[in-house]
Amino acid sequence: MAQAPTDHAHAEDHGGDHVPPFFIRWFWSTNHKDIGTLYLIFAVLAGIIGGAMSGMMREELMHPGVTFLTQFTGGDPVAAANFYNVLVTYHGLIMIFFMVMPAMIGGFGNWFVPIMIGAPDMAFPRMNNISFWLYAASGVLLTLSIFAAGAPGQHGFAGGWVMYPPLSVTGHPGPAMDLLIFALHLAGASSILGAINFITTIFNMRAPGMTLHKMPLFAWSVLVTAFLLVLSLPVLAGAITMLLADRNFGTAFFDASKGGDPLLFQHLFWFFGHPEVYILILPGFGIISHVVSTFSKKPIFGYLGMAYAMVAIGFVGFLVWAHHMYTVGLSVDMKAYFVAATMVIAVPTGIKIFSWIATMWGGSIEFKTPMLFAIGFIFLFTVGGVTGVVLANAGIDHYLHDTYYVVAHFHYVLSLGAVFAIFAGWYYWFGKMTGKMYREWLGALHFWIMFVGVNLIFFPMHFLGLQGMPRRYIDYPQAFEHWNEIATYGYYIMIAGMAVFAACMFDAFFIYRRKAANNPWGVGATTLEWTLSSPPPFHQFNELPRFDKGDAKAF
Amino acid sequence: MSQTPNGKKNARMAMIGAAMALGMVGMSFLAVPLYRMFCQVTGYGGTINRANEGAKTVLDRVVTVRFDGTVDPALPWRFKPEQVSQTIHIGQSSLAFFKATNLSDKPVVARATYNVSPAKAGIYFKKIQCFCFTEQVLQPGETVDMPVTYFVDPSIADDPDLDDVTTITLAYTFYKWDEKDGEPVVSADTGKGGAGGGAE
Repeated sequence: MAQAPTDHAHAEDHGGDHVPPFFIRWFWSTNHKDIGTLYLIFAVLAGIIGGAMSGMMREELMHPGVTFLTQFTGGDPVAAANFYNVLVTYHGLIMIFFMVMPAMIGGFGNWFVPIMIGAPDMAFPRMNNISFWLYAASGVLLTLSIFAAGAPGQHGFAGGWVMYPPLSVTGHPGPAMDLLIFALHLAGASSILGAINFITTIFNMRAPGMTLHKMPLFAWSVLVTAFLLVLSLPVLAGAITMLLADRNFGTAFFDASKGGDPLLFQHLFWFFGHPEVYILILPGFGIISHVVSTFSKKPIFGYLGMAYAMVAIGFVGFLVWAHHMYTVGLSVDMKAYFVAATMVIAVPTGIKIFSWIATMWGGSIEFKTPMLFAIGFIFLFTVGGVTGVVLANAGIDHYLHDTYYVVAHFHYVLSLGAVFAIFAGWYYWFGKMTGKMYREWLGALHFWIMFVGVNLIFFPMHFLGLQGMPRRYIDYPQAFEHWNEIATYGYYIMIAGMAVFAACMFDAFFIYRRKAANNPWGVGATTLEWTLSSPPPFHQFNELPRFDKGDAKAF
Repeated sequence: MSQTPNGKKNARMAMIGAAMALGMVGMSFLAVPLYRMFCQVTGYGGTINRANEGAKTVLDRVVTVRFDGTVDPALPWRFKPEQVSQTIHIGQSSLAFFKATNLSDKPVVARATYNVSPAKAGIYFKKIQCFCFTEQVLQPGETVDMPVTYFVDPSIADDPDLDDVTTITLAYTFYKWDEKDGEPVVSADTGKGGAGGGAE
């Protein structure tokens, strides 16, 4: 869309709220806000499926023995075990690729990056459209893959989201793995196109006078994320293309019997996989910065430090991949390097945590729902970060590798960290996106139930891991029953929280129906989206906001 | 978007982004030969080096070399070391034998991959002659003794990381050489077959 100082560049720009008919609006959509909405709907649907899968796993793990999943396999315990591993695999893939990434980058990124930098739309609106529909096609392929033949006599790919060969090559001769590879190809292409779009938009379309150092932190976070996507996703694409060739074309990239090396896949995968976990969390950092600043009614503490901490996390994130592979036989020197490099990441992360706390310090804090989720995020992410520093030690990792301690760690930073950041953003921008306010006490109730629930699920997993319970098994010895049962009760509480969330949304649209003000949060909300109406006009900023007069700042 | 004032700038930025993405795809495929070279040069992952002649010095320090032989399920062979272990001085060349039998009624071509554990000892473990350097053919029912001549490089004593190494396990896995994979390489100077080794 045009970055024109006046509004005559496009015929459809007149009026600013000329909305196309339904099909054209939602299927041929080139409007960043509509595409953002589509991504958010997609993420909610994927989150429901992925969350239901985790419920089936927790139900199975509540008691030792193969107790629950046999209902889906006609009583066959072997098929149930395969099904459990299929659930583990697709739960991970769906939550990472089809829930967190579309919500954070596609959803909030599309909605608010152009608005925050004072741009009328994304740089390439049609590319934005194809990004979304590639994602949708990818979701279809992934769903098909669950039901396709996988391991001999079984359905779906059961080798974990990491897809290590030889299990993903000779272990799953059926087409499930091929469909999964194509799904990831499409999702990767979609994300790379989206990332190029964000980079171009942020570099070229900022409002006059908005230098990079005046840009809101959420835009910074999406910029860093976009670079990580462009640099890391192609490596995944390369690695899974090699898998595809090994499976179907007789190559031997990862086949030891013909001179290949399965470890090479692990290196390539984690060269993508580690930046990927920062891709999942960095936009959350941006959201939390805005929420904390808004509800403390103070500008963010250490703005430049916050921005460059994200750049540093993104950069160092490319240099630490082998800390996922301590047990494959790395030399002591190699492990020493990866331990040290991994621990370095705690420094910029610490800068961010302490800057959020310093932002709150002395502020006039209002505990509205987004702020509750933001403070919950800071606490839970710190817990996950501390266990991350524990796991960064190669010696300790030899003991904890592939145990429930690892499961607890990455769920504290992702399932609790990233998801709480998404909810913080959701409640923060709900009024802006829909034009309606939610009922405050329902939001707060959602937070408190969810906070108790997720901690009850994942905190006991630290104990299970330290006691040596390995991950990715359907069954476990009797000794692990106690904490597994409690974790499953935690899941029930979490689901009750999600029901409150659903009720809160239903209430906001159909019962409460309170119109949102342009800026419902008061003086603390200083970014550009709060200068627009709620919801914003179909096309905004026909007259570009200016930051080159006086010392106006955007954050 | 070329009609907009930003069109050229945007297109250039998109090209840079696309070039970065394509470059990373290229890098990921370049990683395959680079990784192999890296393993051969550094002995990473227990990749064994080849030597043309034995060591010049022999140390007092001894090391126990254990032997392990396994066969891929698709290969109708029996393959076992003829000695459990050998205790040798560092620098001393030694000869070990493995016995292989073709259990099928057809001639079978196979090739062994190899590595040592602990992996960090790989760079110091040198082979002068080995049946694993080339493909092996066994006639129906034939049994042969397969020799390997090896030594442990005396420079192991200069590396403090290896002070705790008193036992090195040398492991082979025989895989069927598939006809459709191309002609077996029979020249003696291809050490590539075992680069990176298996995960054994």
